[in-house]
Amino acid sequence: MSLLEVNDLAVSFVTRMGTNRAVDGISFSVDIGKITAIIGESGSGKSVACYSMLGLVPMPPGRIDGGSALFEGQDLLQMSEDQLREIRGRDIAMIFQDPMTCLNPFMTIGKQLMEPLLYHKDVSKQDARARALELLEEVGIRDPETTFDNYPHQFSGGMRQRVMIAMALINEPKLLIADEPTTALDVTIQAQILKLIADLQKNRDIGVIFISHDLAVVADIADQIVVMQQGKIVEGGDSEHIFHHAEHPYTKKLLAAIPADSKAPMPGEPETLIAVRNLCTWFEQGKGKEPVKAVNDVSFDIKRGEVLGLVGESGSGKSTIGRSILRLVPVTSGAVDFDGTDVTGLEGGELKRFRRRMQMIFQDPFASLNPRMTVFDTLAEPLLLHGIENRKSVASGVLKLMDDVGLARNFVRKYPHEFSGGQRQRIAIGRALATRPEFIVADEPVSALDVTIQAQILDLMQELGKEYGLTMLFVSHDLAVVRHLADRILVLYKGEIVEQGTGEELFERPQQDYTRQLLSSIPGRALLE
Amino acid sequence: MTTEIITDIAEAEQGSSLWHDAWLRLRKNRLALAGGIILVAFSIIALLTPWIAPYAYDAQNLDLGATPPSAQHWLGTDIFGRDLLTQIMYGGRVSLAVGLIATSVALLIGVTWGAVAGYVGGKVDAVMMRLVDIMYALPFMIFIVLLMVVFGRNILLLFLAIGAVEWLTMARIMRSQVQQLRQQEFVEAAISLGLPPGTIIRRHLIPNALGPIIVYTTLTIPSVMLLEAFLSFLGLGIQPPQTSWGLLISYGAETMEEFPWLLIFPGLALTITLFSLNFLGDGLRDALDVRRSKD
Repeated sequence: MSLLEVNDLAVSFVTRMGTNRAVDGISFSVDIGKITAIIGESGSGKSVACYSMLGLVPMPPGRIDGGSALFEGQDLLQMSEDQLREIRGRDIAMIFQDPMTCLNPFMTIGKQLMEPLLYHKDVSKQDARARALELLEEVGIRDPETTFDNYPHQFSGGMRQRVMIAMALINEPKLLIADEPTTALDVTIQAQILKLIADLQKNRDIGVIFISHDLAVVADIADQIVVMQQGKIVEGGDSEHIFHHAEHPYTKKLLAAIPADSKAPMPGEPETLIAVRNLCTWFEQGKGKEPVKAVNDVSFDIKRGEVLGLVGESGSGKSTIGRSILRLVPVTSGAVDFDGTDVTGLEGGELKRFRRRMQMIFQDPFASLNPRMTVFDTLAEPLLLHGIENRKSVASGVLKLMDDVGLARNFVRKYPHEFSGGQRQRIAIGRALATRPEFIVADEPVSALDVTIQAQILDLMQELGKEYGLTMLFVSHDLAVVRHLADRILVLYKGEIVEQGTGEELFERPQQDYTRQLLSSIPGRALLE
Repeated sequence: MTTEIITDIAEAEQGSSLWHDAWLRLRKNRLALAGGIILVAFSIIALLTPWIAPYAYDAQNLDLGATPPSAQHWLGTDIFGRDLLTQIMYGGRVSLAVGLIATSVALLIGVTWGAVAGYVGGKVDAVMMRLVDIMYALPFMIFIVLLMVVFGRNILLLFLAIGAVEWLTMARIMRSQVQQLRQQEFVEAAISLGLPPGTIIRRHLIPNALGPIIVYTTLTIPSVMLLEAFLSFLGLGIQPPQTSWGLLISYGAETMEEFPWLLIFPGLALTITLFSLNFLGDGLRDALDVRRSKD
């Protein structure tokens, strides 16, 4: 018998605008000691399906229309709130996407770990503490005795996710639901957390539901995979079947969205557009403290027309390099030579003229657009500021930009919140292109997007790059994406360049340990070959 | 195809600003609209008072004394036999002007000060905000008395003085809002477009901080009206026979057991104004929040 058997589950949301079927009759099962992955893009109903079983979907507006979810033979959907609360956290535990917001910042992690134990089981404080320490050890927290009384902010993102996992495991659940547990993490950390989840599941013989938008992430760990689209399961089966004999077009599309090729090197020997020399960007920490050397003595060239990839984990200084070139953070020392002029010394009107020539695309399309400005205002602003269009011609300029980035013209009066993530990123790209720049820094432009949307945005950027003759610095932690897009790649570690070369060189013949480590962290590596 | 493009452009050109959209949304909010109409009506009455008031503002009839509402005196008379309606109309001039001018002064200084401090940060911020702290620490009464002594009693000065005290809180609210907002990438995007700081503050920061500003403004207006009454009561504000709603209410409160109408009617005038303000403020806040109801 399966641990969890979901049959024909249907969930709707009833709003003033009408009824929206979020989960439309899905069936799947989770076996003891196996990992079932649910894959789908945002809005596909993958999270709603799991949350509704545990009574975590607010009702109304949510409504369970039918089906059953048998957990050890008992139907979760028929249980009262009290019964569900007993099961949540004790028999079924959850791990969430963002370890930053899921821990209470004002409680030590030790206290937070002991809380569910003291609530669900009749144990003494000493026993709870001993148990919590044991678990911290198990999830790979070094020296748990001393970190027990630390607060969440003293941990890195990966460590916090480990704490979250320890918290989920403390009552020895039989089923663990992990909702995009690695999406907010770096590749190397992601690889560690994935391994941890797989190990725990084997050692403890628990069932796992792993929710993700990215097929590649689950490639190495999932036993069963179900692919969801618009509330329905379009394809399901064991991992082998999905990756090698997928039948449904949507599954094939997801597989195709995993970038697996290396960009061909640029022909000829183009001139240098940007020469970065001994660039240092340090952040002062206050008196008596050593400054944070975010970027430390970095030198490299960017050729005209090339896409230079910059990879590294968070904290490696890769974003800071991009921002230093664009003068968005103050440079400590060094020079950035842009087409013959050192931009680090520019001020006032001269700086403004240079700003027009270099633009940035940001990571989070939800934060990078002013929520109170319509698409029109957002795109018109740079056009008017730099005198590219005048008041009369600005409307046609805006519409031209919208055409270029593939946004329908009737969206022109809408505000950012009315768009999906991919559409917003298109607006942001349009804004960056409005000044007709020669150089663009793209800071993780697709890492906040679903895989299929990622592929679309990457295609768009490549296309526009050619059309506008752009030179690009592409900053990312995702090696597969960078290899797909970049002519050359720089690998950054702790503010310094450790290796550089073409995608092929780095992937086939990595010279440094750190590069090798990055490469081995790429999820579903086998898929790339 | 060509016609389609032309309509697109026409659509794009026709005022696509935040304020235009806000007005369209506000128009649908009946309560807010009613509030706005009442405020406008009160303001017009206040402006026209010298010509439309039933009696002269200093006309008294000591023989008559306090009388309840009647055909001659719609809202009754006070203990000096002065017509209450006339008093309320003249009082409204002072109270509404105080609310408007003092709050505008507070808004203008507070929002600018806070936005600049929050945006520039560093030493400039430290100096600007320490100044605010010092002003906070100054005893408010002494400040006003000093002003009155130096410049003589002057009603406009009173408004400015009240405004000059009320802006401190506004500056603090604005600064914390701007500090949060400027971390966001859209501000960085604006910098990298080459927008000058003034434009960034005006176009990108202030519109996104409007919610708290409006809420605080609707709280400030009644508090400055009451502050005026308090100062006048102490003899620092306006003097009889000039009057204000605050003064009328405080006199009315003294005699409310014998002559309740002297408290009820000025109180009603103030309450209606404050209700209207709150409805209008709420409506404005919702209308400016583009994320709400786009239906």
